[in-house]
Amino acid sequence: MRSNTFGWLLATAIAAFSSVTWAEVPVPKPAVTIENPGECVAPLEVIRRTHMDLLKHQRDKTLRYGEHGAKIKLNGCIDCHASKKTGSVLGSQENFCQGCHAYVAVKLDCFECHQPKNGMVKSAGAKP
Amino acid sequence: MATTIFRAIEAKGGYYALLGVCGLFLLLGAFGYFQMEHHGHVITGMDNQMVWGMPHVIALFLIVAASGALNVASTASVFGKTIYKPLAPLSALLALALMAGGLAVLMLDLGRSDRMIIAATHFNFKSVFALNVFLYTGFFTIVGMYLWFMLERRMNRWSSAAGMAAFIWRLTLTTGTGSVFGFLIAREAYQSALLAPMFIVLSFAYGTALFLLTLAATCAAARRPLGGMVVQRLKNLLATFVAASLYFVAVFHLTNLYFTRNHGVEQFILVDGGIISGVFWIGQVVIGGALPLLLLLAPGTTLGRILVACAAIVVGGLAQMYVTIIGGQAWPLDLFPGYAASSSFFDGEIHNYAPSLVEMLLGLGGFAIAALIVIIALKVLRVLPEKLDDAALLPQPGE
Amino acid sequence: MSDHTRRKFLGAAGLTGLAGSGLAALAPGVHLISLAAAHANGASSKVRWGMLVDTTRCASGCNACVTACATENAIQPGTGRPAQSSQWIRKIELNEFKTGRALSLPMMCQHCEQPPCVDVCPTGASFKRADGIVLVDRHICIGCRYCMMACPYKARSFVHEPLTEQNPEVPRGKGCVESCTLCVQRIDKGQQPACVEACTKNGRSAMLFGDLNDPASEIAKRIATTPTSQVRADLRLNPGVRYQGI
Repeated sequence: MRSNTFGWLLATAIAAFSSVTWAEVPVPKPAVTIENPGECVAPLEVIRRTHMDLLKHQRDKTLRYGEHGAKIKLNGCIDCHASKKTGSVLGSQENFCQGCHAYVAVKLDCFECHQPKNGMVKSAGAKP
Repeated sequence: MATTIFRAIEAKGGYYALLGVCGLFLLLGAFGYFQMEHHGHVITGMDNQMVWGMPHVIALFLIVAASGALNVASTASVFGKTIYKPLAPLSALLALALMAGGLAVLMLDLGRSDRMIIAATHFNFKSVFALNVFLYTGFFTIVGMYLWFMLERRMNRWSSAAGMAAFIWRLTLTTGTGSVFGFLIAREAYQSALLAPMFIVLSFAYGTALFLLTLAATCAAARRPLGGMVVQRLKNLLATFVAASLYFVAVFHLTNLYFTRNHGVEQFILVDGGIISGVFWIGQVVIGGALPLLLLLAPGTTLGRILVACAAIVVGGLAQMYVTIIGGQAWPLDLFPGYAASSSFFDGEIHNYAPSLVEMLLGLGGFAIAALIVIIALKVLRVLPEKLDDAALLPQPGE
Repeated sequence: MSDHTRRKFLGAAGLTGLAGSGLAALAPGVHLISLAAAHANGASSKVRWGMLVDTTRCASGCNACVTACATENAIQPGTGRPAQSSQWIRKIELNEFKTGRALSLPMMCQHCEQPPCVDVCPTGASFKRADGIVLVDRHICIGCRYCMMACPYKARSFVHEPLTEQNPEVPRGKGCVESCTLCVQRIDKGQQPACVEACTKNGRSAMLFGDLNDPASEIAKRIATTPTSQVRADLRLNPGVRYQGI
């Protein structure tokens, strides 16, 4: 059967490819610089697993309902975690957001629109 | 008739050459898309005045034609014309292929095409676009099932019901496509409920023309005889559709001319619009309307002449979409009637549009997708009957 | 936003408290209070933000509002053709055909009560806040530009290329549609939109911002006593921006 042959070929190719990847290119743990070690807004195990949910929850509250002042917010992450050298959470694998997202191979979409550097607020008045 | 034998076409050198050519255009389309995805729409001819460009012209043409390509199948299943029955599978296949090509272009032109999943999970049901998401996916499901029921002997008895469902669905779908423009209250060139029925009639013409071209090309390439009678009948049908299209276009513009406030935009489209007026009169009316009517209705038709008429209808269809989409946007919004307006944002100015290479490649990629689907399906599925000559198509006694 | 996510969120806040140090132990309480406060501070449907533009005070050639908007929202000209650059606010120069009467006015998102952009948006990215501000949720905008086709005021722009110099409070990026937000980030802090502030500072005071629903507000009083008009009032969209002297 032709389709059967194709299936086997595909399976073999996938197996070969993945074994090569595992054997020869171990992905190094990211050497992320933590600029302000200490307390995060939530325990590490919580923030590591759920930061995307927490941020998504907050973004809808802020954008759609105009609610400000929450503890968990993207600009909060950036203020605390931006590199002291470059002022950004992006730029290299040492930078906070980029380093970890590159390691886990998850596309980081926030900074297509959000400013990844801290200290860029132009608006007058105190931040909420 | 009951003994119509469907057989996959044989692949020879020419088949693979055609596959290669279409594959090349698919790659070029992919190149165009990735360029746009990487750089943004800054590398296209589109801008904040001309927000929909060539990809939309081609995508909407393909989507409208997809609905019309189902004509032959509908005539067989819904209106009981058994002569068309052997052609129904090809008709459904072409409809699916054109829809896939058109939708691909439409979705790859999005500013955030990487967020396709959002278009499938977040809905605002007041939006014609959101309704269209359902209409388009439903089209694939229903026409897909219809095709399956026709090809799978055990499911044959359900094919009429599926054909009826597909018929109703595609009329709704084209209504939805026409309404994309019909509900734009601010654009003077649109804002007419007439656009929905007009798009349906246009779809009849475009789809039947593309079907005849596909049928003739396939029969010639696969060396299968094609009877003159079925072509003759489709020719008469096509002439009716073209005449009806011209009628709708005339009524549409005459209605607009009745309202004094629309005189400006009509003057622009019909007379002063430069390339737009040229595309309207030469492309849409002469090449897409008068010429095919003449070719189809003049005595002594030949297959070649019919095919030239079909090609002219396709060109005219693209011209019609160009005039509708580009022409409609070129005319500036009138925020302050009675005043001459000017601003840094091009208020009060006629907007120009020149498509860039990448968006043309993306659009042509849509045609390539449609062609590839048809070519591959003809090879792997039993879509085309062995014989399509008059003797094979004539109703047998007792049917 | 489902209850489920909300519970997860509060659960996280609770965990914060259980985690340890004295400061963190305060966190759950602080957190809940700040949430409650945030609720009270959110956009309220009792308010309808609006603007009144006095065209008799608006000078032809004065671009203070446009410049202030560009600074506040970090809008720069793009690298492509000028027609591809975003313009959240623009100055329109008008000349009446019959009389030759000239006037100048700023045009931006009119923050309609019945916004056509919200009607046509397939994903619900175009939305109207409870206080009448029409916004684009860039998280779910797919960049189809249907809203740009539908807007009668040509108020929307499409971001044609990647951006980098955003104001952290005004996220903007390639592939999404955007328009005037009435400077929502300033309104939520109790400030005026940047254009209005600049117009006043420039000595023109042609723009007045306030709550149309509050009879005691200056804008409501002015609208109640002076003849004003809405642009394309025939469409019955009830824009929140009104003009005087057209």
